[in-house]
Amino acid sequence: MALDGDLPRPLDWLNPGSQLVRPSAPRAEAPARRVHLPILQTKATAQPASHRPTQPPLAGPLAAAYTRLRRSPLGKLLRKSKPRPGSGLPARRSIVLLRWARRASQAFFLFLFLWLLTQTAFRGSFSASSGTPVRLPFPVEGFLLADPFVALITVLSSFELYAGLAWSLGIVLLTLLVGRAFCGWICPFGTLHHFLSYLWPAPSGRGSRRVTANHTKSWQTWKYYGLFGLLGAAAAGSVIGGWFDPICILVRGVGLGLLPVLQYLGIRGLERVSASDSLALQQGSDSALDFLSTHVWTSEQAHFHQTWLILITFFAIVWANRMIPRFFCRALCPLGALLGVLSRFAPFGMEKDHAKCTDCNLCLTHCQGADSPQGGVKHQKHECHVCLNCEVACPEDVIKFRFFPGLRSTKAEPDLSRRTAILGAAAGAALVPAGRVANWPDKAYSAKVIRPPGSLEEREFLERCIRCSECMKVCPNNALHPAFLEAGPEGVWTPILIPRIGYCEHSCVLCGQVCPTGAIQKIEEKHKLGQGVPPVRLGTAMFDRGRCLPWAMATPCTVCEEFCPTSPKAIWVEEVWVPKRGAVSRAGVDAAPEQVKVKRPHVDPTLCIGCGACEKVCPVVDQPAVYVTSAGESRSKTNVILLEDSAYADVPVSPG
Amino acid sequence: MAGRRTSTAPDPEAEAPTIDPALVHLRPGRREILRQTLTTTLLAGASLALGGALYRPPGFEHHPSTSERQVRDFRVAPGPRPTVAIAKSSLDPAELTRRAISGLGGIERFVSRGDIVAIKPNIGWDRTPAQAANTNPRVVAEVVRLCLQAGAHRVVVTDASCNEARRSFQRSGIWRAAHEAGAEVILPAEHRFREMRLAGELLDHWPVYKPLIEADKLINVPIAKHHNLSAYTGAMKNWYGVLGGRRNRLHQNIHLSVADLATFMRPSLTVLDATRVLVRNGPQGGNLSDARDLNQVIAGTDEVAIDAYGASLIGVDATRVGYLLLGQARGLGRIDARDVVEV
Repeated sequence: MALDGDLPRPLDWLNPGSQLVRPSAPRAEAPARRVHLPILQTKATAQPASHRPTQPPLAGPLAAAYTRLRRSPLGKLLRKSKPRPGSGLPARRSIVLLRWARRASQAFFLFLFLWLLTQTAFRGSFSASSGTPVRLPFPVEGFLLADPFVALITVLSSFELYAGLAWSLGIVLLTLLVGRAFCGWICPFGTLHHFLSYLWPAPSGRGSRRVTANHTKSWQTWKYYGLFGLLGAAAAGSVIGGWFDPICILVRGVGLGLLPVLQYLGIRGLERVSASDSLALQQGSDSALDFLSTHVWTSEQAHFHQTWLILITFFAIVWANRMIPRFFCRALCPLGALLGVLSRFAPFGMEKDHAKCTDCNLCLTHCQGADSPQGGVKHQKHECHVCLNCEVACPEDVIKFRFFPGLRSTKAEPDLSRRTAILGAAAGAALVPAGRVANWPDKAYSAKVIRPPGSLEEREFLERCIRCSECMKVCPNNALHPAFLEAGPEGVWTPILIPRIGYCEHSCVLCGQVCPTGAIQKIEEKHKLGQGVPPVRLGTAMFDRGRCLPWAMATPCTVCEEFCPTSPKAIWVEEVWVPKRGAVSRAGVDAAPEQVKVKRPHVDPTLCIGCGACEKVCPVVDQPAVYVTSAGESRSKTNVILLEDSAYADVPVSPG
Repeated sequence: MAGRRTSTAPDPEAEAPTIDPALVHLRPGRREILRQTLTTTLLAGASLALGGALYRPPGFEHHPSTSERQVRDFRVAPGPRPTVAIAKSSLDPAELTRRAISGLGGIERFVSRGDIVAIKPNIGWDRTPAQAANTNPRVVAEVVRLCLQAGAHRVVVTDASCNEARRSFQRSGIWRAAHEAGAEVILPAEHRFREMRLAGELLDHWPVYKPLIEADKLINVPIAKHHNLSAYTGAMKNWYGVLGGRRNRLHQNIHLSVADLATFMRPSLTVLDATRVLVRNGPQGGNLSDARDLNQVIAGTDEVAIDAYGASLIGVDATRVGYLLLGQARGLGRIDARDVVEV
């Protein structure tokens, strides 16, 4: 067959976005082609018989309900596929199987991700002895460790491939072999977009409009320029790429947003049920709450400071799927862009027989990457998610995925302007000093930027913290929260401790365990407790004597001292006699002031570790009478108060 | 309705263009008028009825406190036996526990066949057994075993911790020890608290930890410790663990709060762990040098007498502990109880 004669003019090839209007000649040829494929043809002609309209399996109202269900969005899962149009050639069996394997893989990795996210909490165990160190049993941060974009930005900023991030090499190798299969087969955020854009497209995003939406668009290059900008910022010392990384967005959106929202609704709903008079309903809802609190969420309602912005961002990204399928993956995802660049030399790819294409556009209806699978234009390999939908859909034997495909119909690298790319990287790099001029970490210490225990010094911290929120999710006391502007514009969504909401548990090191990049180091209990080494300090507690009950109101309290976890306690009390106003009646003060003995609390700054337990339990709730600020944090050499913190030198070491 | 929308395609046979019937002003039929009237009437009536049912007049409602004092009484009938039994001089906490309880007449006096027994140890802190801030897990496990031997249907071990609960349960060793002894260990969670009237002198409405009050028998298994504010903590103050909510306010009048709680919760049996006690830096400790080995377990039915003895163990004069005096004044027990035996 004279292939070259059927190919479009070269001019159109350079414009991948254009849908070529093909002459009708190949369509007229179609019947003649069937002669060459007698076996396939018999199958194809036999096809319509098996697709005769079948009677609904049930009669009466049940049948009506079944019909309604089939017409609903969820009914897509029940509908049978339509007869293949055109020549009706069936897809290769291996490709059909591979597509099912892809679907299974997507479901598996999405559930694995969600399961790991729900396990990002210390559940405890009845079989652990009292000496067992408290750690999570699973690598809950696994998806972040395998994320090459996270690995690359932290390597650029810190010149190290930190520990578990070496797993990302696996995804790099996969991409070098088969292209962006991660996006189509593994990425849980991609799967979410894939499923939602399939299930609930907007009316304006169906039918022929969906085909149009799936054409390659010029704005798909945004993500590459974004990638260069984020790499530039990383090279300048700040991994703000975490704002856009798909795994980070998903952990933040689901872990800090969706899951607490579901928890709120679940607890509220089930407690309503539990308040009923029926014993069975009470027991049922109680068991449901028990299960949910021990397996899905935690025993207390989770709160996250400032989550509204995270949730709005998350839902906006998800909502975009209604109009443009996988808008985030196509236009914004920096990880997808990185894998797109890596996929260039992958030996696996698509081969097209343009001559056979009848422009039926079936390949485009379910195209994920908007990578031009249709005939007449070059396949954009760097956009392709290797989902294989196009080959399965093609009734004309045009598309073939294989190793070492003919490259004439493939375009492997994105259409980028070198000048814009360099400018993008430079702009990204310039963002960092711009942000730091406004908020210089060494000059304007924020009292509220209390970093998790084991955090690196602020600059090194910002070189590594990808704002994935794993530490906030795992914190057993709900003490860590995404910052808004407390840590400057560049510190948005980095973790800060808000002791008013929760304090840092004395022997807990879980945030360091789950941190994928080492922004929070994997410290051990002895570093927290100060056994043989100086303890990690987050800041220092201060008393507001105008609000403290014993100081200002002659009322006993000292809950702060009770909760102070160090030994000897950093909060100490002096017993003093203070005047207390006499009994008061309508007539005025009836009695002379009486002398009462109260214990007035003080902080010993040489012993205080800034855990915030005192602030958490202070009964002056709204603006506590004792509060922790970052001053004296052991990670900083300059944000210090005392000349020397030598008080620990003579404290005896105690185990456990 | 369906008949109104017909094709607007021009009829080839008609000479003049026809008017779209959908544009012709048609009056609804009698049937439709009736249906519409009925619907409107029903909706109006339903709105008024719903509004009336949900109506609340303006004003600030105040529920005056009732004077009736609430009590969760799990006590068993008093016998001729002593009210307090002290077991000493053994290095095995389990044996001490057994001896102390048998000194009172055995566990069968307190637990009947088929009972649901709730055991309330002190699991307040993220501390290991050697740090002596929580009840010794072997004492708890022995009480569980005795209850099951006495034929208890279910034994629940739980507490509403001060530090993070799962960590406190695991690191105190009580989770494992109680589970291995056959108890059901319940971890505190938000939904396990219920707002209740305590109607005490000081404490009125508080969230109460349900697993501790939904039982047939209740056994208090505290540890004797130093306490920074109340000087000593043991059996009576252990009932802080039955409350949820903002317990940090209780310290403003710690003695009256403790007395109120001990009046509200009357356990079947109290087993005070004094195998190893905190003598300073209480109630958390944190340092091994804060604790002393005493190797004693005290069982009894009089919380005041038990605490008076426990206080003496850490060098605190019971007659100077406010809540013990209040407890005695309320008739919860006697500081100078006479029927104390050493077994």
